[in-house]
Amino acid sequence: MTLEQEHTMSTVTADHMIRFGDIRQEFKLAKETFTALGGISLDIADGEFVTVVGPSGCGKSTLLNVAAGLLEPTSGSVLVDQRPVTGPSPRTGVIFQQYALFPWLTVRKNVEFGLKLKKVPADERRAIVDRYLELVGLTQFADSLPKTLSGGMKQRCAIARAYAVDPQILLMDEPFGALDALTRVHMQEQLLQTWLKERRTVMFVTHDVDEAVFLASRVVVMAARPGRIHKIVPVNLPYPRTEQMRLSPEFAALRAEVWESVYHQPGAKGGDE
Amino acid sequence: MITSDGAQSSRATTPERTDGPRSRPSPSPRPKAGSKLSRRGALALNVAAVSAGIGLWWLVSVLGVLGLPGPVEVVQRGAELIADGILGGDVAASLSRVLTGFLLGSAVAIPVGFLMGWYPVCRALFEPYVQFFRTIPPLALIPLAIVILGIEETPKIFVIFMASFLSCVIATFQGVIGVEKTLINAARVLGAPSFVVFARVVIPASSPFILVGMRIGLGASWATVVAAELIAAQQGLGFRMQQAQIFYDLPTIFVGVISIGILGLLMDRILLFIESKLTGWQERR
Repeated sequence: MTLEQEHTMSTVTADHMIRFGDIRQEFKLAKETFTALGGISLDIADGEFVTVVGPSGCGKSTLLNVAAGLLEPTSGSVLVDQRPVTGPSPRTGVIFQQYALFPWLTVRKNVEFGLKLKKVPADERRAIVDRYLELVGLTQFADSLPKTLSGGMKQRCAIARAYAVDPQILLMDEPFGALDALTRVHMQEQLLQTWLKERRTVMFVTHDVDEAVFLASRVVVMAARPGRIHKIVPVNLPYPRTEQMRLSPEFAALRAEVWESVYHQPGAKGGDE
Repeated sequence: MITSDGAQSSRATTPERTDGPRSRPSPSPRPKAGSKLSRRGALALNVAAVSAGIGLWWLVSVLGVLGLPGPVEVVQRGAELIADGILGGDVAASLSRVLTGFLLGSAVAIPVGFLMGWYPVCRALFEPYVQFFRTIPPLALIPLAIVILGIEETPKIFVIFMASFLSCVIATFQGVIGVEKTLINAARVLGAPSFVVFARVVIPASSPFILVGMRIGLGASWATVVAAELIAAQQGLGFRMQQAQIFYDLPTIFVGVISIGILGLLMDRILLFIESKLTGWQERR
């Protein structure tokens, strides 16, 4: 009960950019109803970087898809910048684990895709694409096809594509999940560099505790059956985050706290991963 | 930082090129089962195999087995038929039937396949017919086609149309339902309305399937035309072979068979070339 109160207190902020209002998501199965999200309320402040971790089946990706407008919740609503989410829209950028680049388009044309839909004039389009390719370090690969890029480069291209349409929020669904450990660390550092230059509200879903702590100003730990917020861990480390911080005792303590709440959840069946 | 990683990642993408020479220091490549043959080596083996085949054929004809004509005789007959303009006329007649039927079949199959893949209602409407006619070899429709459509060009083209339509419609349909959901979602979150998702994502993403369907369709059309020409035709490779059969004219039958093979191969290669131009963006494993 006290835990419940703590949630409502820490999840509501004054200047919210994203507000999840009692989101319930149920899927009808053959005989029973599966509750993926059992009433989630969460505020994410403007310009905040929030990571969401939890065991598989806790509904963290479902929550992200609801925010993206790709999934309509059974009940409850999501507000992005005070306006309800009614479907996918360029104001919410999404970055997928599988990169989701259009393989028949060059890097430049992939980044340009959303700008063409917005009917941005050609010369302006070119300038925007050049700027974001520079930001993610892909300028010299502008005319390459995705098949010639490594996984990390593909994801950087996807990040540039999401940024190009100037979204208010960025939703990232395990974006570095398919990368090797080394590339993953590079990508985390670069993502934070990009984010510090082009500040957006970010909701980042991952199952990697290290990643969650390193990136976030707040780590939201979810629990399964039904999907719910288990704990919120504030990360009081300043940005820019450095390698020294990653190796510091403060970081280790935070990681231990998040680890504990992900892998030893009351009610979760033996941390089923 | 960013650029240094860029170089690193680009190196990581081409491990064969950078690690290749170092990891294999001995320059003597031993041919192993499943190992790759050099282009020239493969070509040399191709030529050798074909020459051996022709040699064997010559040997069989000289020994008089089955009374087969030899390669020389067949080439002579081919030259005669070309000089008379008969072979040219037959080829033109067969090709025009195949291309008419094939183009019509593909032109109808692609939109129908798209509709079936994109709209569940269309799928439910078309699928029983497609699945039913798919089990019937197009040639089995010939008697029906003759009775209903007569003995002119129409029944032949109709049968070829069916052959190419059925291969292509299934492939297109499979292509559309196989389009990755994340690609569609990626376009939607960038602000693409439904028709843009269809035109800019579903069509290009399914094009490799469609082209494979067209290749299979062309093969099926070509196989069907010869049989279709066995029914009252005045020209065409199938007709010529049928005539030759009546007169026990084996060299002409051989010329027909070889012409059909060469033309089929040429058409397939042309489509393969178009395919590689249009779908070179695919990641192949």
